[in-house]
Parts: sequence; structure tokens; C-alpha cells
Amino acid sequence: MAATGRVMPSGNAAPMRIWALRVAFLAVALAAWEAISASGLLFRDVVPSLAAIGAALARVLGTPDFYANLAVTAQEIGAAVVIGGLCGLATGILLGSNRFLSQAFESLLLYLGPTPKIIFFPVMIMWFGVGPGSKIAMGVASCFFPIAISTAAGMRQIDAVLIRVGRSFRASPWQMIRCIYLPAMREPIVTGLRLGLGVAIIGTLLAETKLSNKGLGYLVIQAYALFDMPRMYALLILLFVLSIGLNALLGRFSRVTRGISA
Amino acid sequence: MTMRALARTRNGARAVGIATTVAAIAVVEGLIRGGAINAYIVPLPTQILAALPRIIAEEHVLHRFWQTAQEVLWASLLLAAFGIALGALLYRFRLLRQAFEAWVGALAAAPIVLMYPLFLVIFGRSTTTIVMIGFAAGLAPVILKTAEGLSGTRKVLIDVGRSFKLSPAQQFRKVLLPAALPSVFVGLRLGLIFAMINIVGVEFLINFGGLGQLINELAERYDLPGTYGAILFVILASVVFFDLTARIERWLRPVE
Repeated sequence: MAATGRVMPSGNAAPMRIWALRVAFLAVALAAWEAISASGLLFRDVVPSLAAIGAALARVLGTPDFYANLAVTAQEIGAAVVIGGLCGLATGILLGSNRFLSQAFESLLLYLGPTPKIIFFPVMIMWFGVGPGSKIAMGVASCFFPIAISTAAGMRQIDAVLIRVGRSFRASPWQMIRCIYLPAMREPIVTGLRLGLGVAIIGTLLAETKLSNKGLGYLVIQAYALFDMPRMYALLILLFVLSIGLNALLGRFSRVTRGISA
Repeated sequence: MTMRALARTRNGARAVGIATTVAAIAVVEGLIRGGAINAYIVPLPTQILAALPRIIAEEHVLHRFWQTAQEVLWASLLLAAFGIALGALLYRFRLLRQAFEAWVGALAAAPIVLMYPLFLVIFGRSTTTIVMIGFAAGLAPVILKTAEGLSGTRKVLIDVGRSFKLSPAQQFRKVLLPAALPSVFVGLRLGLIFAMINIVGVEFLINFGGLGQLINELAERYDLPGTYGAILFVILASVVFFDLTARIERWLRPVE
């Protein structure tokens, strides 16, 4: 570090160096993994060799079983996001447009929002059964809150001029929502949806690991029960790639829409 | 509107909110008593209330609360140590930040808690598994907010430190860290909330530890009022936790 060294050199480092560092990091991490795997320091199979994980990944991707379970989970998450999203959107618009309602009920939302949702799972099983119903309900309970909170906050940030324009055109409440509120809130809604999708994935899959006979969460916990570690790593890698990818996709969408509205 | 009138309407609104909640619970009670809702699925709210003293006395809720609190405490110590150190590292080395900040961001969006079976294999069905999941789930926001806070330090402050010829360590301890503290705590609070959520969740999932396990146990015993009561207790505990951390955050925030 230069004497104090706190002032960063301006300008970005060459992309080449950034990529070189990333590749080097990955290479070192993978080499360390392989070394630990070969050393036998840990229990056998806890850290399987990369080749074993790769083979398991190919096996998982090559069987129709995986896609059938993926479809079940995707349907559950999709239903959860649609139901939770619509409820969240409606609640958010209601609370965001009415100060009295927001003062009366929003603290309830803010308090319940960050509680661990999985603890409601026993209740959901009793209400909606052991099938996909309880998993969808878990997803709904998870994604409702971020979407509602983000929408309500977004409503309050809308430029007052836009609202007055709508009023002076004597727009009906529905027209106000469709033509003024929703377009002006694209960004907070997409942000809420992004957060909501993330927690819906977690809520649904955790519920599947706890009690189910279908879905990706079930596959993971089954691999655990059979102590098939390469398969478990393969499934977890796929889960991470899918959810990070979905999140990045929505993030890109929010940037694109921002470009349009700006 | 005068301040007092405003305060009155706000309190009025809150009162309406509470009254509506109580009324909704009363309606549920009525529907269950009337037979419209199955009492074997939703217990009477009065039964849930009556179960609260029982789960406090017989299920040792306070002891379990303390168990969970200890796990959260350990996770928070790990978060503070590793999160702030890694954040400082990202701040110090620009190349590192350019290469990995986006990765840490992606990690924040990753469903880390789903790796709990893996943690079970590595650490066993133990407190370590629970603490490590809490730590892993809360790490990303601490790193990101620390780096953000440190790079937001006003240049004047850095120059003051320089003119006093502070050593790098002194500069970090006396200038950068205090200046970044509000932002660091925002990250720490987010990390703590994630850690707490995941710790209780994993306790429930692996049926081990404090409050989360209690819910699982009561549900498996089909003790409905007890299950609902324990869920209420967890909600209450988390609300107190958020409120406490929010207060600390406000207290640390610089006066504008």
C-alpha cells in the first residue's frame, strides 16, 4: 500500500486483467478442491472429485426424471409468483395510494415480511395438503411481501405531476392504474418481482425438501438420504445456475425497461 | 395540517389497523365456532392464546429462544469478522473489486440455504451446521455494504488522516472504519436478518436446535394450538429483533 493509498487510481483496470484474475481464482479453487478430494483428509465422498461431479451432472441432465421434477417445481414456483405477485401488486397499490390504509396496515407488512416463512409450512400442510398445494402456498407466502412492499414504496415515488395529469383527464381508477401508476412503477415492480422470485424459489424448494415426493427439492434431499454426494452437488449446481440465471435475466429486463422509460 | 393533527391521524390509523386485526381474529373465532372452518385445521384463536403459557412453561420456550439467540450471535460474530474483512479487501484492491463484486452480488441472490443437506454432511446435525448456514446466507450484503461504505469516505477525512501521517492501519481504524460505520451496519443488519431467518428455518428443517425445532416438534405431535402459538412466538421474537437492529442503525446514522 502506498503511504496512505486510499485514493483509488481513476479509470478501470484493463478487462484482460479482470478476466485473468477471475480465471486464476477459479483455477486455484478447482485445483484446491481436487487436492482436498484426493488427499482423503475429509470423510470419503464429502468432497468428490470434479470428474465424479461432472459425470453426475451429465447423468442428471441425461435422465427424463430430472426434467419431470424440474417441471413440477417450475409449475409450483410459477403459480406462486402469479398468485403472490397479483396479491402483492394489489396490496401495494392499495397501500401506496392511500395514506390512511398505509399507516394502518403497512407496519404489519413490514414486520411480517422478514420473518422466516418456512415455519408456516406445518400450517400450510394442514390447509393445502401434502401435495403441490402446500408448496405453492409457501411460495406465495414468501413472494407476497417483497412485491407488496416494493410496489407500495414505488407508488409513493411517482411524480405528482403524472398523477395530476391523469386526474385532469378524469381518468377512472382503473385507467389511473393502467396508464399512470403501472408504467411509472415499472422499476420498483420489477425489483419487487426479482426479490419475490428469489424468495419464492427458496420457499418452494425448502418445502419440497421437508415433505414431498416430487420436485427438485425432493431430488436433493433424496440424494442426501442415499448419500449420493456427486449427484447432490450436481443438483445444487443446477439449482444455483437456474436461480442466479433467472435473477440476472430479470435484472437485465429491469435495465432494458429503464432504458425505454428514460 | 398541524403536527398534532397529523400525529392524531397517524395514531388513529394505527388504532384502526389494530382494531381491524383484532376484528378479523374475532371473525375467524366465530367461523370456527360456527363450524364454517374446521377446528381440526385451524384451532380457535382463544385456544392459541391459552396455549401460550403452556408452551412457555412446558416447552421451555425461553431456553429455546436463548439457544437460537446464541446461534444468531455466533453467526453475527463470523459475519462481522469475515464480512468486514472481505469488504475492506474489495475496497483496498480495485482490481479485486472489479473482478468479484458482481460475483458477490450474484451470491446474494443465490438460494444458499438450499445447500443445507450439504452442510449436514460436512458438519453433521449440529449447531455448527445451523451457524454456518446463517453465516453463509448473510455474508454477501456485509461484504458489499462494507466496500460501498469505505469507498464513500469523504476525501477531506482521508486527507486529514494523511496530514497526520497515520499508518495504513491507523488510517483504517481511525478514519475509514468510523466513516463507513453507518453503511457497514446497514450491511450487517441485512446480513443478520438473513442469518436469523435461515437459522430458524434450518432449525425447523433439520429438527435441531431452538425455536425452529419447537415448531416442528409441536406440529409432529399434532398439537395445533401449540404449533400456532410457537409460530406467534417466533414472529414476536423476530419483530423485536428487527426493531432492535433498526434502532441501532438509526442511532449510528450520521446527523445530516
